[in-house]
Amino acid sequence: MSTPITPTDEAGIIAAVQAARIAREPLAIEGQGSKRGLLRPARAARSLSTRALTGVTLYRPAELIISARAGTPLIEIEATLAEKGQQLIAEAPYLNGVFGTSAPPSIGGVVAANLSGPRRIAWGATRDHVMGLRFINGAGEAIRSGGRVLKNVTGLDLCKLLSGSYGTLGVITEVTLKVLPAPETSATLLIETPDLASAVAALSAGLGSPFGVSAAAALPAQDHAVAALRLEDFAASVAYRMEKLRSVLDDFGTQRVLENGESRSFWRNVREVEPLNTSADEAIWRVSVRPSAGPRIATAASAIGGRVLLDWGGWLVWIAAEPSIANYAAISAAAAAAGGATMLFRAPELLRLAVPIFPAESAPLAKISARVKEALDPGGLFNPGHLRAA
Amino acid sequence: MIPLPAPKPDILARRAEIVAALQALVPADGVIAEGIRLKPYETDGLAAYRQMPLAVVLPSSTEQVAAVLRYCHEKGIRVVPRGAGTSLSGGALPLADAVVVGLMRLNSIHEINYADRYAVVGAGVTNIGITKAVENEGFFYAPDPSSQLACMIGGNVMMNSGGAHCLKYGVTANNLLGVKFVTIEGEVLEIGGTYLDAAGYDWLGLITGSEGQLGIVTEVTVRILRSAEGARAMLAAFNSIEVAGAAVDAIIGSGIIPVALEFMDKPCIHACEAFAHAGYPLDAEAMLIIEVEGSIAEQDALLARIKDICARFEPISLKVAETAEQSMAIWKGRKGAFGAVGRISPDYLCMDGTIPTSELPHVLKRIGEMSDQYGLKVANVFHAGDGNLHPLIMFDANDPDSFRRAEAFGADILKLCVEVGGCLTGEHGVGVEKRDLMTVQFAEHELTQQRAIKSAFDPAWLLNPAKVFPLQGALAPAIAAE
Repeated sequence: MSTPITPTDEAGIIAAVQAARIAREPLAIEGQGSKRGLLRPARAARSLSTRALTGVTLYRPAELIISARAGTPLIEIEATLAEKGQQLIAEAPYLNGVFGTSAPPSIGGVVAANLSGPRRIAWGATRDHVMGLRFINGAGEAIRSGGRVLKNVTGLDLCKLLSGSYGTLGVITEVTLKVLPAPETSATLLIETPDLASAVAALSAGLGSPFGVSAAAALPAQDHAVAALRLEDFAASVAYRMEKLRSVLDDFGTQRVLENGESRSFWRNVREVEPLNTSADEAIWRVSVRPSAGPRIATAASAIGGRVLLDWGGWLVWIAAEPSIANYAAISAAAAAAGGATMLFRAPELLRLAVPIFPAESAPLAKISARVKEALDPGGLFNPGHLRAA
Repeated sequence: MIPLPAPKPDILARRAEIVAALQALVPADGVIAEGIRLKPYETDGLAAYRQMPLAVVLPSSTEQVAAVLRYCHEKGIRVVPRGAGTSLSGGALPLADAVVVGLMRLNSIHEINYADRYAVVGAGVTNIGITKAVENEGFFYAPDPSSQLACMIGGNVMMNSGGAHCLKYGVTANNLLGVKFVTIEGEVLEIGGTYLDAAGYDWLGLITGSEGQLGIVTEVTVRILRSAEGARAMLAAFNSIEVAGAAVDAIIGSGIIPVALEFMDKPCIHACEAFAHAGYPLDAEAMLIIEVEGSIAEQDALLARIKDICARFEPISLKVAETAEQSMAIWKGRKGAFGAVGRISPDYLCMDGTIPTSELPHVLKRIGEMSDQYGLKVANVFHAGDGNLHPLIMFDANDPDSFRRAEAFGADILKLCVEVGGCLTGEHGVGVEKRDLMTVQFAEHELTQQRAIKSAFDPAWLLNPAKVFPLQGALAPAIAAE
């Protein structure tokens, strides 16, 4: 692919879209390119990147609001927030390790992929915190949705529609996110349980307790499993609740507590899917499923020689296995049988082109979906073939 | 008054035929067509607007909703979805040629799963009904609009309802897993399910808050949460609005996220005190109600921190509840605010803009000036944590000029909200009430974009017409032509 077009302002993005529209030449839309390898490669000769569209444009700590241009590196936004003792709520992952990239993920890319880390289970996904955004539609118009306030139901919520649309409906140029104070401390309770099912039961018991568990993961081990539950808040609160949580979960197995520093690095690893410990040639799946069905997914994964890591209290099952159509079919079938949904998250291009990355929409929904795509991107300019085969 | 489109004469002429056809699609008592029984459906929470519908149909299942919509689509009949009819923005206001599809009979709770913490309920289950069904196990459904005793979850989804506790727990959209959704063509779609954040477009997010423009929700899967160990409130009163605003900033800046942070201005304090005798300080210009959660010790620690912060702003009154009863007493006035204003004025309009919280002093000053200009009293309650402002404009509905001034006053307030960087509606929805103000917040091409998405779901514009989108404008020909 030729060198990407990298405008330094929104007008430049508009000009590039207008030019593409007139020439009827589709564009691959990207941010910094940190997640290149996610989904199918867009069928476009040129790419348009928001990577040079950078900078925090508004930050009001007392109003819990930050706005930044789409290409602003996530790490820069986190640093800006940290100066005022605040943080992004959904704990978005970087995933450089997963995709073998070194580019810093951009905030626009995080939103366009709706990526969320462990805190998702307690405080919502990235899309839940997108209070406003600007994007360029396929007609080359700048469209605003939402705003810079925390509560807004004015008009259709295009913020949610664009979040997780992977640049297929518009080019996001600026995002406004809700933020929260960073907790004073973090602590994690690790419980060694006999098996994965009891680890998931421990997570459910913890999340069903009144003690404000802010992350919950289950990690299978050789002949047992480990349930991990995080508490974050003022130190006195964390100390009190840890004692309570330990007592509530006393029956599940041997307990150990990770204090602040260790706790933070543990969850950074979970966020980056590190405990799955994949080799570069393995494929990675993401299965969204209700927690009590997680162990069944794990059994199916293990039947094909795969390994799992459960996050979000078990609502998210990461699977690593050999990239093959047979394995894809087995995992998809297990997820469907459990009432869940799969996404082939990382795989060699051959496999990504051979199978659907995620399940197709039902026929009536697909019809509406095509009309919505047409409404936003009438010329089919943005990321053709990126989500699914045409 | 906000204009409504003229009814289609051919539809009005075929009323008897349409009623008979609907009677074949739902159980015998599920169609209402006689004047006296239609009366309760002529309006909603925006009672100044009234219009008798063509007919009301009350389906008992998703399939019946689908059959009704399929029929209406085929015959080109307009449809107005309705939950409990508590909309404050006229979201459920009928049209003379429209069939109202009421969802109150879809009121079963289908499944409750405590291990996975979700509930699957019919769209006609009340908001409080979900919490009631799970509270014995210590759980609750988080969004708590003040109409929660009556309003239905289907309506909550359509309006993306909020409440007093959304600073911590989010609004409806943040607490949903899935919906069963019927298109105007009568297709039943499963959107989402019992899973989180599946890949693909976020239809659930788009549908939530779409005000009946895209289709009808018949079944909802919500997340249920375990309640905190306890909650307690405190009250802090100040002798200026600016100082109270600065105290709010300082609380948020300290790293504390209270579960509720409510602000009342002087007229509101007076109205509530006269009604509830909650012990509110009558000499205060502004008062905050701050609620925190956790164990008794955690509540003590947080309330002590907040008290220290407030003390820096020379409060004229600072009262920390020592017991649950005292906490309830502090809340009693605030929770009765709308009723309290109803006692001192024959009628009021409840506005619903959002502003950046730093703009509060400026906005309240301007609202005070407008109050003088229009000759109408106003009381302000404000969700201070999230910037959602509810001015209550007092007027007399028997005096047409008073109502005209109240509407103009309300419109000016909402324009001001947009001018300072906020929005027209934080939680009540656009409905018919704010429809013609949409051009204040959005450029014409942005409205055209939203209309194009509406058209993707409802090409003939049969669903909840004359709401949300101004009647004139590109892509609104089906309505504007009337």
